[in-house]
Amino acid sequence: MSEPIIRLENIEKHFGNVIALNGVSFDVRPGECHCLLGDNGAGKSTFIKTMSGVHRPTRGTITFEGRPMSFASPREAMEAGIATVFQDLAMIPLMSVARNFFMGREPTLGWGPTKRFDVEKANAITMAEMRRMGINLRGPDQAVGTLSGGERQTVAIARAVHFGAKVLILDEPTSALGVRQTANVLATIDKVRSQGVGVVFISHNVRHALAVGDRFTVLNRGKTLGTAKRGEITSEQLQDLMAGGQELAQLESTLGGTV
Amino acid sequence: MTDTSGSPSADERIKAEPLFARLMKRPELGAIAGLVLVTVFFLATASDAMFSLSGILNFLSPAAQLGILAIAAALLMIGGEFDLSIGSMVAFAGMIFGALVVNLGLPLIVAVPLTLLFAAGIGAANGAIVLRTGLPSFIVTLAGLFMLRGLSLVGLKWLTGGSTQLRGIREAVGDDFLAPLFSGDAFGGLFAWLAASGLIESFDNGAAKVPGIPVEILWFIGLALAATWVLLRTPAGNWIFAAGGDANAASNSGVPVRKVKIALFMLTAACAALLAIMQVMDAGSTDARRGFQKEFEAIIAAVIGGCLLTGGYGSAIGAFFGSVIFGMVVIGLTYTDFDQDWFQVFLGGMLLLAVIFNNAIRKRVTGER
Repeated sequence: MSEPIIRLENIEKHFGNVIALNGVSFDVRPGECHCLLGDNGAGKSTFIKTMSGVHRPTRGTITFEGRPMSFASPREAMEAGIATVFQDLAMIPLMSVARNFFMGREPTLGWGPTKRFDVEKANAITMAEMRRMGINLRGPDQAVGTLSGGERQTVAIARAVHFGAKVLILDEPTSALGVRQTANVLATIDKVRSQGVGVVFISHNVRHALAVGDRFTVLNRGKTLGTAKRGEITSEQLQDLMAGGQELAQLESTLGGTV
Repeated sequence: MTDTSGSPSADERIKAEPLFARLMKRPELGAIAGLVLVTVFFLATASDAMFSLSGILNFLSPAAQLGILAIAAALLMIGGEFDLSIGSMVAFAGMIFGALVVNLGLPLIVAVPLTLLFAAGIGAANGAIVLRTGLPSFIVTLAGLFMLRGLSLVGLKWLTGGSTQLRGIREAVGDDFLAPLFSGDAFGGLFAWLAASGLIESFDNGAAKVPGIPVEILWFIGLALAATWVLLRTPAGNWIFAAGGDANAASNSGVPVRKVKIALFMLTAACAALLAIMQVMDAGSTDARRGFQKEFEAIIAAVIGGCLLTGGYGSAIGAFFGSVIFGMVVIGLTYTDFDQDWFQVFLGGMLLLAVIFNNAIRKRVTGER
């Protein structure tokens, strides 16, 4: 198996007297989908933000492409190839798909006062990238607001990949989606993975994770409880780890195994 | 990919969009429809003089004066902010310009850039306060509206020893070589030639009835074209839409939101100053009451032109047409038998219609239901 693109070891993050992360180890290899599972409050968001350069870890080491690395800003992490798609997607509903796709990174033509936004190129690339992800747009000028939640997620993913993401962090990409749209997003993740991008899939939904994940790491109370490979672990075991064991077992008996 | 019906993965629920539906989504459509409506109305009710060459220039001139403000206000609104102080800025910048030209005796090549820079500086301060405090620009610039108006009154009285008007600007400017850029009519020679060859109306002595195109109209058209180019064909335009649509998402994507907004505040203030310079040179005096309520008229023209009050959507060409509608109604009523004060009723009605229409458009564009 290939070397990890990014490896985080024993990451701790303290906010004043609150210990948000207390020893998290995690790595992603090219072309795999590594799922980070955890219940609400387990520290998933803090961990993503540490990985994407928003927070600096209090303790622990980050190794990126074999070298120790400390990102000063999200921008730096982005330029190194760590792209994060947050839940708000950084999309503007009133703007067209193409304009959203290239927001902040517009291709230009000409120079000096004639330097201009290369609309044709932007449109063509957007259409091509979206088609590659299996979405047929009505046109590049279609507003993002008219897309479904799953399609928007796909635009955000396609954008990150187009701009050279080596690691793609997806923050609960399926949490607000219906069944069909979830399937589409999971298919998109699969396509991205096959292009050699390392995908970090954050979720609290075990079924979605199992559908696409190659490895699974469970985060509970700011700690990782170990990593399992696909096929080594069942959904019940993951569920139990996420909830911290007994409580869920108890709940399950009252709910009759529906959780 | 305009035709997706043939490809297997096309969504069968999406019908091909007819041209009409596509046009319905352009922000300036409302303003163009309004312009057609108003034109038809005046063609039916006004005397023929309104649509003669001199009549058209007659209503385009106030349209241009408003439009210079409205186009800048539209860009600022698309960028997600308001500036209510631009009307007062017209008076204030007029005072600064008057003082530079009359009291300090500076030539235009110094006085004009200084006035524009000064106004832009105040615009930048407005923007910095809005961004630093996170307060709505509506309220911050409302304070500016009163402060600048008050400063214009106080300052003019101080400069003139008690009057709220500063005279003698025409004498001070004299025949400065830059004066034709900001006052009078352009293409005088062409119009004289046209009159001489009988292509346009002339007086009995052979002079053209229309001596040329008032310069503010040229500025107005130039500004509309430049603003449209920037909005639709430059990265900066994309940033303006993004900053107004969702500042947070935009800055997460690497758009320099703060710079964009400050630049827009500076542009708006500078456009107010440009208008002030032209008005002052035209009238030969500056007055503390200049630009009264122009901030509202400019915002109305921008809204009629398709700008959303919430930002992120709109067009400069729309504001152009919005201003033309405005000028047509203001001047057009004098060509009809209607009481001129219907103008205010009309303006309010237009605004209400435009807002309702824009809201519907926004829902179409975003697919909200």
